[in-house]
Amino acid sequence: MKQKSVAVVGASETTELGKLPHMSQIQLHADAALNAMRDCGLTARDIDGVATAGQTPVETAHYLGITPSWVDGTAVGGCSFMIHVRHAAAAINEGLCNTVLITHGESGRSGIGRNRVVPAPSSLIGQFEFPYGPMGPPTMFPMPVMRYMKEMGATHEDFAMVAVIQREWAAKNPRATFHDPISVDDVLDSRMIAYPFRLLQCCLVTDGGGALILVSAERANDFQTKPVYILGTGESVESPMISQMKNFTSSSAFRVSGAKAFGESGIGHNDVDHMMIYDAFAHLPIFGLEDLGFCEPGEAAGFIAGRNTAPGGKLPLNTNGGGLSYAHSGMYGMFALQESVRQMRGTAPAQIEGAKISVCHGVGGMFSASGTIVFSNEAP
Amino acid sequence: MSDYLKPLPQPTPETQPFWDGAKAGELKLQRCGDCDHVYFPARPFCPACSSRKVDWFVASGRARLHSYVINHRAPPGFEAPYVIAVVELDEGPRMMTNLIDCAQTPEAMILDMPLEVAFEKATDDIFLPKFRPSAGASQ
Repeated sequence: MKQKSVAVVGASETTELGKLPHMSQIQLHADAALNAMRDCGLTARDIDGVATAGQTPVETAHYLGITPSWVDGTAVGGCSFMIHVRHAAAAINEGLCNTVLITHGESGRSGIGRNRVVPAPSSLIGQFEFPYGPMGPPTMFPMPVMRYMKEMGATHEDFAMVAVIQREWAAKNPRATFHDPISVDDVLDSRMIAYPFRLLQCCLVTDGGGALILVSAERANDFQTKPVYILGTGESVESPMISQMKNFTSSSAFRVSGAKAFGESGIGHNDVDHMMIYDAFAHLPIFGLEDLGFCEPGEAAGFIAGRNTAPGGKLPLNTNGGGLSYAHSGMYGMFALQESVRQMRGTAPAQIEGAKISVCHGVGGMFSASGTIVFSNEAP
Repeated sequence: MSDYLKPLPQPTPETQPFWDGAKAGELKLQRCGDCDHVYFPARPFCPACSSRKVDWFVASGRARLHSYVINHRAPPGFEAPYVIAVVELDEGPRMMTNLIDCAQTPEAMILDMPLEVAFEKATDDIFLPKFRPSAGASQ
């Protein structure tokens, strides 16, 4: 698959982000889509491919007035949008369509017009997990953490430091939800949600969305925006049940997806100038750094505490502030993609000077799925 | 109707033997007749080798605490804080459960501590496998 020949030419988040009870979820999709079209000078008439999650592609295409020749409704949680990018690149390369719109909109906080898919009591998770009282992601996603701590010798302070450093990035971003500095003690003194994690180690809950527009690299220079090329992509899934994750210290889906994206792109870890790792909870950057091969197992916490991912560090990570401090709609992956695109365009609030390669890694469900994209601002 | 407020499992044809076992006080698992793989949750084929030659058997009911969270926000029917655990059965598979007959505190949750199954009645037909620290077991 020749994914090197595809580029992002349109990208935008929703006009507003935060608490938006005056907008329904599908309007958040549309607001982001209209912004992304305006970004690259297109209208709905120019779009012939639609990919989305949260809404069906039928709903989104119809609402926007598009009758596409290609759709993708892959909905595997927050990394669905990374996987849409991967599938869109393949579709464009195969000639199935020319101009793909990928949308995310989620009324995660206000719940206006939100489609909530709750697994049935007869599903495997309904039979073998829900009866024991997990209450959504805060009780399920951190399930591996205590095991990780025992196996790797990690501490509560290690997981607190993730939130502290991401707040440093958020402080540089006017659009971030939180800006005030926090300390490890602040994190460890915040309200207990589900031990071992406290409030400041759990993501925000916001309304918002984002959209991307992809075309072949050949056409990319026809647009007013700086093209952001796709060098490599990966995807995988593991289990719908956190209890059935094979290894509580490593995500199989992360490893498959990350290796695929690095392999396709041909880059090495030292080539990466900027990194996004979907941080619904404070352990995810640690798992991501290890499973993508930036750190050996058990070493990511020290890597973060050593300020390698902090402002001024060698691997700037989650530079928008992340799901912990920027925004988190529910399926945050689109926001990670938007920050990678901004960094590659040179327009990020906390811009990494000279950055040429950005890796954007997403998770879906509770370690259920994964998608990874390697971006560059240099034509491959 | 039951006054049981917690989520109830709804068995399917493929999982019914597991729930029938639980009602009879037995923790039932499946083993592959071709590759000996023991697995959970139930399905009528082996997820390791795709063989349909699989059989149910009664597991020991012994397990060890693999990991856990302690939920501080109780949904209906639960009293916070309460432990949601993943245990590793002696036969290999892991399952989510609650830990009973012990304090719901980090201090009481020693990873890898030995546990034994106990079935809690939810309705006349549904008994949930839960786990308690093994009697007289040492670390």
